Amino acid sequence: MSTANPRKQPTSLRIILTGFLVLWVIMAAFPFLWTLWGSFKVEGDFFSKANWIYALTGESTRIETGSSFTGDGYYGAWVTEEFGRAVMNTSIVCFCVVTISLTLSTLAGYALSRSTYNYAFWILIAALMFRAMPQITLVSGYLLPFYEWNLWGRLGTTIVVLVAINQPFSLWMMTSFFRNIPKDLDESAMVDGCNRFQAFRHVILPVMWPGVITTGLFSFLLAYNDFPVAAMLLDQENQTMIPKIASFLGTTQTKGNAMFAVAAVVSATAPLFVLILFFQRQIVSGLTAGAVKG
Amino acid sequence: MEVVETCGPFGCNQTTSVNQEQTLVLREAEPLGRFVGFENYTNRGHLAFSEMGEAWRTSTGWGDWWSKVMNLPFYSAIVFTLTFTFIVTPLTIVLGFSIAIAVNSASRVLRGPLIFVSLLPFIITPLVGSLVLFWMVDARGVLGHAIQAIAGNPDLSVKASTPMMWIMLMVYGIWHAAPFAFVVFYAGLQSVSQDADEAAMIDGANRWQRVRYVTIPHIMPLVTFVALIQLMDNFRVFEPLISFSAEAHAQSLSTYIFSDLGGETRLLNSAATTSLLTVLCVGILLSPVLVRTWRDFKRA
Repeated sequence: MSTANPRKQPTSLRIILTGFLVLWVIMAAFPFLWTLWGSFKVEGDFFSKANWIYALTGESTRIETGSSFTGDGYYGAWVTEEFGRAVMNTSIVCFCVVTISLTLSTLAGYALSRSTYNYAFWILIAALMFRAMPQITLVSGYLLPFYEWNLWGRLGTTIVVLVAINQPFSLWMMTSFFRNIPKDLDESAMVDGCNRFQAFRHVILPVMWPGVITTGLFSFLLAYNDFPVAAMLLDQENQTMIPKIASFLGTTQTKGNAMFAVAAVVSATAPLFVLILFFQRQIVSGLTAGAVKG
Repeated sequence: MEVVETCGPFGCNQTTSVNQEQTLVLREAEPLGRFVGFENYTNRGHLAFSEMGEAWRTSTGWGDWWSKVMNLPFYSAIVFTLTFTFIVTPLTIVLGFSIAIAVNSASRVLRGPLIFVSLLPFIITPLVGSLVLFWMVDARGVLGHAIQAIAGNPDLSVKASTPMMWIMLMVYGIWHAAPFAFVVFYAGLQSVSQDADEAAMIDGANRWQRVRYVTIPHIMPLVTFVALIQLMDNFRVFEPLISFSAEAHAQSLSTYIFSDLGGETRLLNSAATTSLLTVLCVGILLSPVLVRTWRDFKRA
């Protein structure tokens, strides 16, 4: 009789799984490492006609600048093209979107989760429908009134639109989060003489932070990653990071400009790396929040 | 238009100018911004009834008819969008599930870093992620070189070939969305009942049978969830087409609206028409889910 532990995997399976994992890790991480490394080269190396190995060794970079690494791309993007202003605009947009949509969705989510009326269900279904619509279809409706009321091109307008687009999703998240907080908690507070608002303030508020942080993270990601809304609604002055990168692409014909885009891409990716590093647990729990329920 | 003679101290000359009063009369008879009924929906840019009828009558065969249909912008956009949605969604689920199984069998110390790396393609800005990939498959990039070497054709370029462009867009779609499926399935795998697994083992199920009859039924509701979210997300595919500058080879419904809204002319009516048709498509796509939710609601 075999004494092998059936839970232990046979070697062949082990090798296949490990090989697959290694392949996936390379697929997931290699493009970013490659771009990070390449952003310190000149265009002739990053897009090398002659030999792809130049992108690693930096042959042309050495010839053109005298060293294997160059910060020209970053200089061009941040100083010449004023990428910093775009970063500033993105920060303003992200901060406002996260604050406003968290305030709204916390209150609305609490109300919906405690509501016993039918319309609560329909509001959530309507939110699901809006979640499914491509963002650009909503923007096309907003555009004409914004021209006519002279609101086009301002950061405030974009923030309002992004909050509106983000709201269905954060409403769903907050509602399902509040449903997981037992009703007994606020009901017992109300038995003790709190009114609805005091129950929320003293009982629910202290325990809701994990849900708020998760929802906030996803609101931030939406505002940070948005391209269609910002590209359509903002003028040159107020551009955020992502449309700015896209606008570098239009001018790639000029030599060197492609490297501005590469440097800008690396700069825009760095904050997200840090975000995943610190909030990995919350991101994972947020992604699975909808799934676990239904 | 009218011819006006203006006479000055240096003689008379004739100039042609626009008669404002006459124009005003014409404008009123046929204003520019007027209600056109369903014309926006039936014109060449959208449902193109007359062109479709024409193509149906004059085509010599299915191939001919198909190429005529694909020349109509709305239909080519919807064909790409649907192809993208229905190829990327199942492949995402398969890849995500495989990664989840593999990570689940890795040692505990490694799992944290593995999840970190796996999240990258999903969390990174879609426009940026697709740009990074596009630069690599560029004819002068590292993957572009690799593809040329494999195909043995040094002139091969993703930018120049429509099938290659479609494949790359879908590869990007899968790469971008697989982490989401992975995370959901991974969370699901943590709650697979150990008792059921053990019972199956005692009953003599081998490893594959245990995955097939214990794990997969447990994961099934999650597959529906991921499929629903992915259908919604893939249907609005937008950013990769922008950063791959794919408009010559592929157009999705979102980029079609985007290109109408942008540019010099700002065809707001055309964009609005496409938007409504898109929303209609989303409604049709989601109708099974809505019907099911409605039934659950009625029952409850």
